[in-house]
Amino acid sequence: MDHMPENWGRPRSEIYGVYNSAIHNAGPATHTQQPSITGTSVIALKYNKGVMLAADNLASYGSLARFTDQERLIKVGKETVVGISGDVSDMQYIELLLERLIIEDNYEQDGHNLRAPHIYEYLSRVMYNRRSKVDPLWNAILVAGKKDDGSPFLAYVDLLGVTYSSPSIATGFGAYLAVPLLRKIASDDGDEKKITEEQARAAIDECMKVLFYRDARSLDKYSVATVTTDGEVTIEQNVRCKDMSWRFAEHIHGYGTQKM
Amino acid sequence: MFRNSYDNDSITYSPTGRLFQVEYALEAIKQGSASVGLVSKTHAVVVALKASGENIYICADLVVIRSAEELGSYQKKIIRIDDHLGIALAGLAPDARVLSNFMRQQAMSSRMIYNRPIPISRVVSAIGDKAQRNTQTYGRRPYGVGLLVAGFDETGPHLFEFQPSGTVLEYFGAAIGARSQSARTYLERNFDQFPEASLEDLVLHGLRALRDTLAQDKELLAQNTSIGIVGLDTKFTLYDNDDVRGWLEKLGNVGSTRGRRPPEEREPEATEDAPVTDAPPPEETDTVEPIETDA
Repeated sequence: MDHMPENWGRPRSEIYGVYNSAIHNAGPATHTQQPSITGTSVIALKYNKGVMLAADNLASYGSLARFTDQERLIKVGKETVVGISGDVSDMQYIELLLERLIIEDNYEQDGHNLRAPHIYEYLSRVMYNRRSKVDPLWNAILVAGKKDDGSPFLAYVDLLGVTYSSPSIATGFGAYLAVPLLRKIASDDGDEKKITEEQARAAIDECMKVLFYRDARSLDKYSVATVTTDGEVTIEQNVRCKDMSWRFAEHIHGYGTQKM
Repeated sequence: MFRNSYDNDSITYSPTGRLFQVEYALEAIKQGSASVGLVSKTHAVVVALKASGENIYICADLVVIRSAEELGSYQKKIIRIDDHLGIALAGLAPDARVLSNFMRQQAMSSRMIYNRPIPISRVVSAIGDKAQRNTQTYGRRPYGVGLLVAGFDETGPHLFEFQPSGTVLEYFGAAIGARSQSARTYLERNFDQFPEASLEDLVLHGLRALRDTLAQDKELLAQNTSIGIVGLDTKFTLYDNDDVRGWLEKLGNVGSTRGRRPPEEREPEATEDAPVTDAPPPEETDTVEPIETDA
Protein backbone atom coordinates (compact mmCIF):
# COMPACT_ATOMS: atom_id res chain seq x y z
CA MET A 1 0.00 0.00 0.00
CA ASP A 2 1.24 3.41 -0.97
CA HIS A 3 0.51 5.70 1.94
CA MET A 4 1.29 8.93 0.05
CA PRO A 5 -2.03 10.48 -1.08
CA GLU A 6 -0.35 12.53 -3.81
CA ASN A 7 0.55 9.28 -5.54
CA TRP A 8 -2.98 7.89 -5.56
CA GLY A 9 -4.99 7.83 -8.75
CA ARG A 10 -1.95 8.46 -10.95
CA PRO A 11 -0.78 6.44 -13.94
CA ARG A 12 1.45 3.63 -12.71
CA SER A 13 5.08 4.70 -12.60
CA GLU A 14 6.39 1.32 -13.77
CA ILE A 15 4.36 1.64 -16.97
CA TYR A 16 4.21 5.38 -17.71
CA GLY A 17 7.37 6.62 -15.97
CA VAL A 18 7.74 8.70 -12.81
CA TYR A 19 5.21 11.55 -12.44
CA ASN A 20 6.78 15.00 -12.91
CA SER A 21 5.82 16.73 -9.66
CA ALA A 22 6.90 20.11 -11.06
CA ILE A 23 3.57 20.12 -12.93
CA HIS A 24 1.44 20.51 -9.80
CA ASN A 25 4.04 22.42 -7.82
CA ALA A 26 5.12 25.21 -10.16
CA GLY A 27 7.22 27.20 -7.67
CA PRO A 28 6.58 30.00 -5.18
CA ALA A 29 3.75 32.54 -5.55
CA THR A 30 4.84 35.60 -7.47
CA HIS A 31 3.41 39.05 -7.90
CA THR A 32 3.90 41.67 -10.61
CA GLN A 33 7.57 41.69 -11.52
CA GLN A 34 7.36 44.06 -14.46
CA PRO A 35 4.84 46.46 -15.90
CA SER A 36 3.16 45.60 -19.19
CA ILE A 37 1.24 48.52 -20.78
CA THR A 38 3.03 51.65 -19.68
CA GLY A 39 2.71 55.41 -19.78
CA THR A 40 5.90 57.45 -19.84
CA SER A 41 6.87 60.65 -17.98
CA VAL A 42 4.58 63.03 -16.14
CA ILE A 43 6.05 66.50 -15.63
CA ALA A 44 4.87 69.28 -13.33
CA LEU A 45 5.85 72.76 -12.29
CA LYS A 46 4.60 75.17 -9.66
CA TYR A 47 3.98 78.78 -10.69
CA ASN A 48 2.77 81.91 -8.93
CA LYS A 49 -0.91 81.00 -9.04
CA GLY A 50 -0.92 77.21 -9.00
CA VAL A 51 0.56 74.08 -10.49
CA MET A 52 0.81 72.93 -14.12
CA LEU A 53 1.16 69.30 -15.17
CA ALA A 54 1.59 67.52 -18.49
CA ALA A 55 1.54 63.89 -19.61
CA ASP A 56 1.39 62.51 -23.14
CA ASN A 57 -1.40 60.30 -24.45
CA LEU A 58 0.64 57.21 -25.26
CA ALA A 59 0.23 53.78 -23.66
CA SER A 60 3.07 51.55 -24.84
CA TYR A 61 3.19 47.76 -24.94
CA GLY A 62 6.91 47.32 -24.50
CA SER A 63 8.37 49.39 -27.33
CA LEU A 64 5.14 49.20 -29.33
CA ALA A 65 3.08 52.41 -29.35
CA ARG A 66 -0.10 50.46 -28.56
CA PHE A 67 -2.69 53.13 -27.58
CA THR A 68 -2.41 56.78 -28.55
CA ASP A 69 -5.43 58.13 -26.67
CA GLN A 70 -4.62 57.31 -23.06
CA GLU A 71 -5.44 60.14 -20.61
CA ARG A 72 -3.09 60.03 -17.61
CA LEU A 73 -4.01 63.23 -15.78
CA ILE A 74 -6.92 62.62 -13.42
CA LYS A 75 -9.00 65.18 -11.62
CA VAL A 76 -9.63 63.97 -8.06
CA GLY A 77 -12.21 65.80 -5.98
CA LYS A 78 -12.76 69.48 -6.69
CA GLU A 79 -9.25 70.92 -6.67
CA THR A 80 -6.66 68.19 -7.11
CA VAL A 81 -5.03 66.63 -10.17
CA VAL A 82 -3.10 63.37 -10.06
CA GLY A 83 -0.70 62.49 -12.89
CA ILE A 84 0.29 58.84 -13.20
CA SER A 85 3.10 57.19 -15.15
CA GLY A 86 4.00 53.52 -15.30
CA ASP A 87 1.70 50.52 -15.57
CA VAL A 88 -1.65 51.50 -17.05
CA SER A 89 -3.71 48.75 -15.42
CA ASP A 90 -2.31 49.71 -12.01
CA MET A 91 -3.14 53.32 -12.92
CA GLN A 92 -6.72 52.26 -13.58
CA TYR A 93 -6.79 50.55 -10.17
CA ILE A 94 -5.50 53.74 -8.53
CA GLU A 95 -8.20 55.70 -10.37
CA LEU A 96 -10.75 53.29 -8.92
CA LEU A 97 -9.37 53.74 -5.39
CA LEU A 98 -9.44 57.53 -5.70
CA GLU A 99 -12.96 57.53 -7.12
CA ARG A 100 -14.17 55.40 -4.20
CA LEU A 101 -12.32 57.63 -1.75
CA ILE A 102 -13.99 60.77 -3.08
CA ILE A 103 -17.44 59.18 -3.21
CA GLU A 104 -17.16 57.99 0.40
CA ASP A 105 -15.89 61.41 1.46
CA ASN A 106 -18.81 63.11 -0.27
CA TYR A 107 -21.40 60.98 1.53
CA GLU A 108 -20.71 62.93 4.73
CA GLN A 109 -21.74 66.30 3.24
CA ASP A 110 -20.21 68.02 6.26
CA GLY A 111 -18.13 70.67 4.53
CA HIS A 112 -14.91 68.65 4.79
CA ASN A 113 -13.41 67.72 1.43
CA LEU A 114 -10.19 65.85 0.73
CA ARG A 115 -7.61 68.10 -0.90
CA ALA A 116 -4.21 67.50 -2.50
CA PRO A 117 -2.15 66.98 0.72
CA HIS A 118 -4.73 64.48 2.01
CA ILE A 119 -4.96 62.59 -1.28
CA TYR A 120 -1.17 62.56 -1.49
CA GLU A 121 -0.84 61.09 2.01
CA TYR A 122 -3.42 58.44 1.15
CA LEU A 123 -1.64 57.50 -2.10
CA SER A 124 1.74 57.34 -0.41
CA ARG A 125 0.28 54.97 2.21
CA VAL A 126 -1.23 52.78 -0.53
CA MET A 127 2.01 52.72 -2.54
CA TYR A 128 4.23 51.91 0.45
CA ASN A 129 1.78 49.31 1.70
CA ARG A 130 1.81 47.52 -1.64
CA ARG A 131 5.57 47.61 -1.92
CA SER A 132 5.73 46.15 1.61
CA LYS A 133 3.65 43.22 0.40
CA VAL A 134 6.23 42.86 -2.38
CA ASP A 135 3.32 43.42 -4.77
CA PRO A 136 3.89 47.00 -5.86
CA LEU A 137 1.65 49.19 -7.97
CA TRP A 138 4.10 49.85 -10.81
CA ASN A 139 3.68 53.61 -11.00
CA ALA A 140 5.25 56.96 -10.27
CA ILE A 141 2.63 59.52 -9.28
CA LEU A 142 2.50 63.31 -9.06
CA VAL A 143 -0.17 64.98 -6.94
CA ALA A 144 -0.92 68.66 -7.56
CA GLY A 145 -3.28 71.07 -5.85
CA LYS A 146 -3.13 73.58 -3.07
CA LYS A 147 -1.97 73.40 0.52
CA ASP A 148 -4.10 74.32 3.53
CA ASP A 149 -2.51 77.81 3.54
CA GLY A 150 -3.55 78.34 -0.10
CA SER A 151 -0.08 77.97 -1.63
CA PRO A 152 0.53 75.51 -4.50
CA PHE A 153 1.13 71.86 -3.61
CA LEU A 154 3.15 69.41 -5.68
CA ALA A 155 4.57 66.06 -4.56
CA TYR A 156 5.81 62.70 -5.84
CA VAL A 157 5.30 59.09 -4.76
CA ASP A 158 6.41 55.95 -6.59
CA LEU A 159 6.21 52.16 -6.55
CA LEU A 160 8.81 51.97 -3.77
CA GLY A 161 6.86 54.36 -1.56
CA VAL A 162 9.51 57.03 -2.05
CA THR A 163 8.04 60.50 -1.39
CA TYR A 164 9.32 64.02 -1.90
CA SER A 165 8.17 67.41 -3.03
CA SER A 166 9.78 70.18 -5.05
CA PRO A 167 8.69 73.19 -7.13
CA SER A 168 9.38 71.14 -10.27
CA ILE A 169 9.10 67.37 -10.54
CA ALA A 170 9.08 64.85 -13.37
CA THR A 171 8.66 61.07 -13.33
CA GLY A 172 10.40 58.46 -15.47
CA PHE A 173 12.58 59.66 -18.33
CA GLY A 174 11.42 63.19 -17.55
CA ALA A 175 13.46 63.05 -14.33
CA TYR A 176 16.55 63.09 -16.59
CA LEU A 177 15.36 65.14 -19.55
CA ALA A 178 12.78 67.59 -18.18
CA VAL A 179 13.92 68.29 -14.63
CA PRO A 180 17.14 70.11 -15.67
CA LEU A 181 15.05 72.37 -17.91
CA LEU A 182 12.38 72.97 -15.27
CA ARG A 183 14.97 73.67 -12.58
CA LYS A 184 16.36 76.47 -14.71
CA ILE A 185 13.30 78.44 -13.69
CA ALA A 186 12.19 76.72 -10.48
CA SER A 187 14.88 74.93 -8.49
CA ASP A 188 14.27 76.02 -4.91
CA ASP A 189 11.19 76.41 -2.74
CA GLY A 190 9.77 79.87 -3.33
CA ASP A 191 11.08 80.18 -6.90
CA GLU A 192 7.57 79.47 -8.16
CA LYS A 193 6.45 82.89 -6.93
CA LYS A 194 8.42 84.52 -9.76
CA ILE A 195 6.93 82.37 -12.52
CA THR A 196 3.83 83.47 -14.43
CA GLU A 197 1.33 81.08 -15.94
CA GLU A 198 2.63 81.93 -19.46
CA GLN A 199 6.23 81.20 -18.45
CA ALA A 200 5.17 77.93 -16.85
CA ARG A 201 3.25 76.89 -19.94
CA ALA A 202 6.21 77.72 -22.22
CA ALA A 203 8.52 75.60 -20.02
CA ILE A 204 6.04 72.69 -19.96
CA ASP A 205 5.60 72.78 -23.76
CA GLU A 206 9.36 72.93 -24.24
CA CYS A 207 9.89 69.94 -21.95
CA MET A 208 7.21 67.89 -23.73
CA LYS A 209 8.93 68.68 -27.03
CA VAL A 210 12.35 67.63 -25.73
CA LEU A 211 10.81 64.46 -24.30
CA PHE A 212 9.25 63.66 -27.66
CA TYR A 213 12.61 64.21 -29.34
CA ARG A 214 14.57 61.95 -27.01
CA ASP A 215 12.17 59.54 -25.26
CA ALA A 216 11.31 56.69 -27.63
CA ARG A 217 8.20 55.79 -25.60
CA SER A 218 6.63 59.24 -25.92
CA LEU A 219 4.07 60.96 -28.13
CA ASP A 220 3.74 64.47 -29.54
CA LYS A 221 0.13 64.59 -28.32
CA TYR A 222 -0.36 65.41 -24.65
CA SER A 223 -2.64 66.93 -22.00
CA VAL A 224 -1.87 69.95 -19.86
CA ALA A 225 -3.62 70.40 -16.52
CA THR A 226 -3.58 73.49 -14.33
CA VAL A 227 -4.71 73.66 -10.73
CA THR A 228 -4.92 77.22 -9.47
CA THR A 229 -4.68 78.30 -5.85
CA ASP A 230 -8.28 79.47 -6.26
CA GLY A 231 -9.12 75.78 -6.63
CA GLU A 232 -9.91 75.86 -10.33
CA VAL A 233 -8.92 72.83 -12.37
CA THR A 234 -8.61 72.85 -16.15
CA ILE A 235 -7.37 69.98 -18.29
CA GLU A 236 -6.51 70.88 -21.88
CA GLN A 237 -6.42 67.79 -24.08
CA ASN A 238 -4.90 66.92 -27.45
CA VAL A 239 -2.14 69.51 -27.27
CA ARG A 240 0.48 69.00 -30.01
CA CYS A 241 4.22 69.66 -29.92
CA LYS A 242 4.88 72.75 -32.03
CA ASP A 243 7.81 74.14 -34.01
CA MET A 244 9.71 70.92 -33.95
CA SER A 245 12.96 70.61 -35.86
CA TRP A 246 14.25 67.16 -36.70
CA ARG A 247 17.36 68.38 -38.52
CA PHE A 248 19.54 67.06 -35.69
CA ALA A 249 18.38 63.58 -36.69
CA GLU A 250 20.60 63.68 -39.77
CA HIS A 251 23.61 63.67 -37.48
CA ILE A 252 22.55 60.65 -35.49
CA HIS A 253 24.31 57.57 -36.80
CA GLY A 254 24.24 53.95 -35.88
CA TYR A 255 20.55 53.30 -35.29
CA GLY A 256 18.81 53.89 -38.63
CA THR A 257 19.29 52.73 -42.16
CA GLN A 258 21.98 55.28 -43.02
CA LYS A 259 25.47 54.16 -43.99
CA MET A 260 28.27 55.62 -41.92
CA MET B 1 -43.71 41.86 42.89
CA PHE B 2 -43.62 44.73 40.41
CA ARG B 3 -40.39 43.70 38.76
CA ASN B 4 -39.90 45.32 35.41
CA SER B 5 -39.60 42.40 33.01
CA TYR B 6 -38.53 44.50 30.04
CA ASP B 7 -35.16 45.63 31.33
CA ASN B 8 -33.24 42.38 31.18
CA ASP B 9 -31.37 43.28 28.03
CA SER B 10 -30.71 46.35 25.98
CA ILE B 11 -32.47 45.26 22.80
CA THR B 12 -35.97 44.24 23.90
CA TYR B 13 -38.59 46.95 23.56
CA SER B 14 -41.26 47.24 26.20
CA PRO B 15 -44.87 47.12 24.89
CA THR B 16 -44.84 50.92 25.10
CA GLY B 17 -41.82 51.10 22.85
CA ARG B 18 -39.12 51.89 25.38
CA LEU B 19 -35.66 50.44 25.85
CA PHE B 20 -35.22 50.50 29.64
CA GLN B 21 -31.53 49.66 29.68
CA VAL B 22 -30.91 52.64 27.43
CA GLU B 23 -33.00 54.83 29.72
CA TYR B 24 -31.05 53.58 32.75
CA ALA B 25 -27.82 54.48 30.94
CA LEU B 26 -29.16 57.97 30.34
CA GLU B 27 -29.94 58.14 34.08
CA ALA B 28 -26.40 57.03 34.92
CA ILE B 29 -25.13 60.23 33.30
CA LYS B 30 -27.16 62.25 35.79
CA GLN B 31 -25.44 60.41 38.66
CA GLY B 32 -22.06 61.74 37.55
CA SER B 33 -20.88 65.24 38.42
CA ALA B 34 -21.63 67.93 35.89
CA SER B 35 -19.77 69.00 32.76
CA VAL B 36 -20.55 72.14 30.78
CA GLY B 37 -19.50 73.09 27.26
CA LEU B 38 -19.93 76.19 25.14
CA VAL B 39 -18.65 77.72 21.90
CA SER B 40 -17.84 81.17 20.57
CA LYS B 41 -16.96 82.04 16.98
CA THR B 42 -13.34 81.16 17.67
CA HIS B 43 -13.19 78.76 20.60
CA ALA B 44 -14.85 75.78 22.22
CA VAL B 45 -14.61 75.37 25.98
CA VAL B 46 -15.52 72.56 28.36
CA VAL B 47 -15.55 72.92 32.12
CA ALA B 48 -16.18 70.08 34.52
CA LEU B 49 -16.73 69.46 38.18
CA LYS B 50 -14.73 66.53 39.52
CA ALA B 51 -16.61 63.97 41.60
CA SER B 52 -17.40 65.23 45.08
CA GLY B 53 -17.13 63.23 48.32
CA GLU B 54 -20.82 62.50 48.86
CA ASN B 55 -21.21 61.14 45.38
CA ILE B 56 -20.64 57.63 46.58
CA TYR B 57 -21.92 55.20 44.01
CA ILE B 58 -22.53 55.33 40.34
CA CYS B 59 -24.90 52.63 39.21
CA ALA B 60 -25.82 51.42 35.76
CA ASP B 61 -26.95 48.03 34.64
CA LEU B 62 -26.13 46.51 38.04
CA VAL B 63 -22.54 47.71 37.79
CA VAL B 64 -21.56 49.52 40.97
CA ILE B 65 -18.38 51.52 41.11
CA ARG B 66 -16.89 53.42 43.98
CA SER B 67 -16.25 57.07 43.33
CA ALA B 68 -12.67 57.93 42.64
CA GLU B 69 -12.38 60.16 45.67
CA GLU B 70 -12.80 57.22 48.00
CA LEU B 71 -9.69 55.86 46.39
CA GLY B 72 -7.85 59.04 47.29
CA SER B 73 -8.00 60.98 44.02
CA TYR B 74 -10.48 63.01 42.02
CA GLN B 75 -12.09 61.56 38.94
CA LYS B 76 -10.49 62.56 35.65
CA LYS B 77 -13.20 64.57 33.90
CA ILE B 78 -11.63 66.07 30.80
CA ILE B 79 -9.64 64.00 28.33
CA ARG B 80 -7.51 65.28 25.48
CA ILE B 81 -8.09 63.29 22.29
CA ASP B 82 -5.87 65.17 19.86
CA ASP B 83 -4.39 68.65 19.41
CA HIS B 84 -7.72 69.92 18.12
CA LEU B 85 -10.13 67.84 20.14
CA GLY B 86 -11.07 66.90 23.70
CA ILE B 87 -13.98 65.55 25.73
CA ALA B 88 -15.63 66.19 29.09
CA LEU B 89 -17.59 63.35 30.63
CA ALA B 90 -20.36 62.63 33.09
CA GLY B 91 -21.13 59.09 34.20
CA LEU B 92 -19.05 55.94 34.17
CA ALA B 93 -15.40 56.91 33.75
CA PRO B 94 -14.31 53.46 32.51
CA ASP B 95 -16.79 53.69 29.66
CA ALA B 96 -15.46 57.13 28.82
CA ARG B 97 -12.00 55.61 28.69
CA VAL B 98 -13.17 53.06 26.13
CA LEU B 99 -14.76 55.78 24.02
CA SER B 100 -11.81 58.15 24.33
CA ASN B 101 -9.35 55.43 23.37
CA PHE B 102 -11.48 54.73 20.31
CA MET B 103 -11.62 58.43 19.45
CA ARG B 104 -7.84 58.65 19.81
CA GLN B 105 -7.44 55.75 17.40
CA GLN B 106 -9.75 57.42 14.91
CA ALA B 107 -7.88 60.70 15.27
CA MET B 108 -4.48 59.06 14.78
CA SER B 109 -5.56 57.06 11.73
CA SER B 110 -6.97 60.22 10.17
CA ARG B 111 -3.58 61.86 10.67
CA MET B 112 -1.72 58.82 9.39
CA ILE B 113 -3.83 58.04 6.32
CA TYR B 114 -4.91 61.52 5.26
CA ASN B 115 -2.49 63.83 7.08
CA ARG B 116 -5.58 65.60 8.36
CA PRO B 117 -6.88 66.32 11.88
CA ILE B 118 -10.12 64.34 12.03
CA PRO B 119 -13.23 66.47 11.43
CA ILE B 120 -15.09 66.77 14.75
CA SER B 121 -18.46 65.78 13.29
CA ARG B 122 -16.97 62.56 11.90
CA VAL B 123 -15.34 61.31 15.09
CA VAL B 124 -18.52 62.16 16.96
CA SER B 125 -20.74 60.23 14.57
CA ALA B 126 -18.26 57.34 14.83
CA ILE B 127 -18.84 57.07 18.60
CA GLY B 128 -22.56 57.65 18.04
CA ASP B 129 -22.69 54.63 15.73
CA LYS B 130 -20.58 52.62 18.15
CA ALA B 131 -22.97 53.38 21.01
CA GLN B 132 -26.08 52.77 18.95
CA ARG B 133 -24.78 49.35 17.94
CA ASN B 134 -24.97 48.31 21.62
CA THR B 135 -28.68 49.07 21.67
CA GLN B 136 -29.45 46.49 19.00
CA THR B 137 -26.88 43.79 19.68
CA TYR B 138 -27.84 41.07 22.13
CA GLY B 139 -25.41 40.52 24.98
CA ARG B 140 -24.07 44.06 25.01
CA ARG B 141 -24.92 46.99 27.26
CA PRO B 142 -25.20 50.70 26.51
CA TYR B 143 -22.34 52.94 27.57
CA GLY B 144 -23.07 54.53 30.95
CA VAL B 145 -21.52 57.85 30.10
CA GLY B 146 -22.41 61.10 28.39
CA LEU B 147 -19.76 63.17 26.65
CA LEU B 148 -19.33 66.75 25.61
CA VAL B 149 -16.97 66.82 22.66
CA ALA B 150 -15.22 70.13 22.06
CA GLY B 151 -13.03 70.62 19.03
CA PHE B 152 -11.82 72.95 16.35
CA ASP B 153 -11.51 72.00 12.68
CA GLU B 154 -11.63 73.56 9.20
CA THR B 155 -15.26 74.47 9.74
CA GLY B 156 -14.57 76.24 13.04
CA PRO B 157 -15.17 75.44 16.70
CA HIS B 158 -17.72 72.76 17.57
CA LEU B 159 -19.46 71.38 20.63
CA PHE B 160 -21.30 68.06 20.47
CA GLU B 161 -23.23 66.21 23.11
CA PHE B 162 -23.00 62.42 22.98
CA GLN B 163 -25.47 60.12 24.73
CA PRO B 164 -25.42 56.32 25.25
CA SER B 165 -28.50 56.00 23.05
CA GLY B 166 -26.25 56.95 20.13
CA THR B 167 -27.70 60.43 19.93
CA VAL B 168 -25.19 63.09 18.95
CA LEU B 169 -26.25 66.71 18.56
CA GLU B 170 -24.33 69.91 18.08
CA TYR B 171 -24.90 72.76 20.53
CA PHE B 172 -23.88 76.36 21.21
CA GLY B 173 -23.88 75.43 24.88
CA ALA B 174 -24.66 72.17 26.65
CA ALA B 175 -24.48 70.65 30.10
CA ILE B 176 -24.64 67.05 31.31
CA GLY B 177 -24.48 65.36 34.70
CA ALA B 178 -25.88 66.00 38.18
CA ARG B 179 -28.00 69.16 38.51
CA SER B 180 -27.03 70.08 34.93
CA GLN B 181 -30.49 71.59 34.39
CA SER B 182 -29.34 74.60 36.41
CA ALA B 183 -26.34 75.02 34.10
CA ARG B 184 -28.59 74.69 31.04
CA THR B 185 -30.83 77.39 32.48
CA TYR B 186 -27.81 79.67 32.79
CA LEU B 187 -26.71 78.82 29.25
CA GLU B 188 -30.18 79.45 27.82
CA ARG B 189 -30.27 82.89 29.43
CA ASN B 190 -26.81 83.87 28.20
CA PHE B 191 -26.08 81.98 25.01
CA ASP B 192 -26.75 84.99 22.78
CA GLN B 193 -23.53 86.49 24.14
CA PHE B 194 -21.38 83.44 23.40
CA PRO B 195 -20.62 83.89 19.68
CA GLU B 196 -18.89 87.25 20.16
CA ALA B 197 -17.44 86.48 23.62
CA SER B 198 -13.70 86.63 24.21
CA LEU B 199 -12.03 83.41 25.32
CA GLU B 200 -11.88 84.73 28.89
CA ASP B 201 -15.57 85.64 28.94
CA LEU B 202 -16.45 82.29 27.43
CA VAL B 203 -14.59 80.38 30.15
CA LEU B 204 -16.20 82.55 32.84
CA HIS B 205 -19.65 81.89 31.35
CA GLY B 206 -18.80 78.20 31.54
CA LEU B 207 -17.65 78.44 35.14
CA ARG B 208 -20.78 80.37 36.15
CA ALA B 209 -22.92 77.68 34.54
CA LEU B 210 -20.90 75.00 36.31
CA ARG B 211 -21.18 76.89 39.59
CA ASP B 212 -24.96 76.67 39.29
CA THR B 213 -24.73 72.86 39.40
CA LEU B 214 -23.00 72.83 42.78
CA ALA B 215 -24.75 71.22 45.72
CA GLN B 216 -25.58 73.44 48.67
CA ASP B 217 -22.51 74.62 50.67
CA LYS B 218 -20.16 73.49 47.93
CA GLU B 219 -17.81 75.70 45.97
CA LEU B 220 -15.60 75.56 42.91
CA LEU B 221 -12.05 74.81 44.02
CA ALA B 222 -8.78 74.33 42.24
CA GLN B 223 -9.03 70.65 43.27
CA ASN B 224 -12.47 69.99 41.85
CA THR B 225 -12.58 72.09 38.69
CA SER B 226 -11.19 71.25 35.25
CA ILE B 227 -11.17 73.48 32.17
CA GLY B 228 -10.47 72.42 28.61
CA ILE B 229 -9.94 75.01 25.88
CA VAL B 230 -9.49 74.60 22.14
CA GLY B 231 -9.85 77.04 19.27
CA LEU B 232 -8.31 79.07 16.49
CA ASP B 233 -4.51 78.83 16.89
CA THR B 234 -5.09 77.19 20.28
CA LYS B 235 -4.30 73.52 20.71
CA PHE B 236 -6.48 71.63 23.17
CA THR B 237 -5.28 72.72 26.61
CA LEU B 238 -6.34 71.19 29.90
CA TYR B 239 -6.30 73.35 33.04
CA ASP B 240 -6.30 71.36 36.27
CA ASN B 241 -5.45 71.97 39.94
CA ASP B 242 -3.14 75.02 40.34
CA ASP B 243 -3.73 76.06 36.72
CA VAL B 244 -7.41 76.77 37.35
CA ARG B 245 -6.71 79.00 40.37
CA GLY B 246 -6.29 82.04 38.13
CA TRP B 247 -9.61 81.34 36.41
CA LEU B 248 -11.41 80.95 39.74
CA GLU B 249 -9.99 84.27 40.92
CA LYS B 250 -11.39 85.92 37.79
CA LEU B 251 -14.73 84.27 38.50
CA GLY B 252 -14.84 85.79 42.01
CA ASN B 253 -17.74 84.13 43.76
CA VAL B 254 -17.10 80.40 43.62
CA GLY B 255 -19.75 79.28 46.10
CA SER B 256 -22.99 77.45 45.44
CA THR B 257 -25.96 79.70 44.77
CA ARG B 258 -28.37 77.07 45.95
CA GLY B 259 -30.72 77.78 48.85
CA ARG B 260 -30.90 81.38 50.01
CA ARG B 261 -28.80 83.81 48.10
CA PRO B 262 -27.83 87.27 49.38
CA PRO B 263 -29.40 89.81 46.97
CA GLU B 264 -26.09 91.56 46.19
CA GLU B 265 -24.62 88.32 44.84
CA ARG B 266 -27.45 87.66 42.48
CA GLU B 267 -26.73 87.83 38.77
CA PRO B 268 -28.09 91.13 37.42
CA GLU B 269 -29.89 89.49 34.49
CA ALA B 270 -31.83 87.28 36.89
CA THR B 271 -33.97 90.26 37.94
CA GLU B 272 -35.09 90.84 34.35
CA ASP B 273 -36.78 87.50 34.16
CA ALA B 274 -40.19 87.86 35.71
CA PRO B 275 -40.73 84.35 37.06
CA VAL B 276 -37.53 84.37 39.10
CA THR B 277 -38.27 85.06 42.76
CA ASP B 278 -36.21 84.88 45.92
CA ALA B 279 -37.22 81.30 46.27
CA PRO B 280 -34.65 78.79 45.16
CA PRO B 281 -35.07 77.76 41.54
CA PRO B 282 -37.28 74.71 41.30
CA GLU B 283 -35.42 71.48 40.81
CA GLU B 284 -36.28 71.24 37.16
CA THR B 285 -36.21 67.94 35.32
CA ASP B 286 -33.33 66.61 37.40
CA THR B 287 -35.57 64.32 39.41
CA VAL B 288 -35.77 60.82 38.04
CA GLU B 289 -39.18 60.11 36.68
CA PRO B 290 -40.74 56.95 38.09
CA ILE B 291 -40.42 54.24 35.53
CA GLU B 292 -43.71 52.97 34.26
CA THR B 293 -44.12 49.30 34.92
CA ASP B 294 -45.58 47.54 31.97
CA ALA B 295 -45.96 44.20 33.68
